[in-house]
Amino acid sequence: MTDLDDIDRRLLRALAEDATQSASALGRRFGLSQPAAWRRLRRLEEAGILKGRRLVLDREALGFGVTVFLGVKLAAKGRVSLEDFERAVTAIPEVQTVQHVLGLYDYRLRVVARDLPDFERVLRRRIMTLPGVGQLEANVLLSEERRPGPLGA
Amino acid sequence: MLDDIDRRLLRHLQSDPAMRPAELAARAGVTPATAWRRLERLRERGIIRGAQARIDWRALGWAVEVSLRFTLDKANPRAFDEFLAAARAVPEVIEIQTFLGRVDVRLNVIARDMAHYQEVYRSRILTLPHIADIEALMHVAEVKSDEALPL
Repeated sequence: MTDLDDIDRRLLRALAEDATQSASALGRRFGLSQPAAWRRLRRLEEAGILKGRRLVLDREALGFGVTVFLGVKLAAKGRVSLEDFERAVTAIPEVQTVQHVLGLYDYRLRVVARDLPDFERVLRRRIMTLPGVGQLEANVLLSEERRPGPLGA
Repeated sequence: MLDDIDRRLLRHLQSDPAMRPAELAARAGVTPATAWRRLERLRERGIIRGAQARIDWRALGWAVEVSLRFTLDKANPRAFDEFLAAARAVPEVIEIQTFLGRVDVRLNVIARDMAHYQEVYRSRILTLPHIADIEALMHVAEVKSDEALPL
């Protein structure tokens, strides 16, 4: 579905900032009736463009002071199945995201920990013991921002 | 500080931020009134900051997603600020992260197809200021993407 109009794009942009807005609030903001706004949202959901929500929590206040991105290269490709690695890595609670990538690394992991000693524990006990894991590269996250992307201004 | 009830509520809400209040309360084993009061307090304290819609760029026709990892020319003290300001002006950049490590900055860039990616890369990325080195990781699949905290 690529037949989005300007209003669809503005709805997506508004929801990417704050997904708790109701159809009637969005309608008022963009000059639509509540049913018209609701129909558009429904259509964006059915097309798979709006795929749910992400809760935004204050990580630091919850005691998670460190986020690290790990590039993982598998050591023995062919001998370890990707499925085994993926099953094991997604089961680690501290691993927030797993992306299969092509390039210098095979996987990119986002790992959250209370502090650096806690990260070291996760790294040694859970990541380095994964089946087939080879070379690792760690980068500590300092800041991040999500951009609206190509949805127009 | 948080107690077990707060943690349970946050855990269930994280797994499904659209969950109805009554169901959330039932799953966390508390009354709806307690759940409501606790969530209000978590919002007031800024622990729950809000919720963002997740957009599937692939479903919108942006089939290519690449992680571009940059090292910057740190001899210039303005390198970070100028690079970040210029990167924010590129519409195809959907995420900007800065790091302590071998990589200084990572940009998540999307494109409609490989030809379009090449165009974006040449005309908008390589022209960003103060680049010392770039590495690309092409996204093949999202294996886990909930971004939940282990509460």
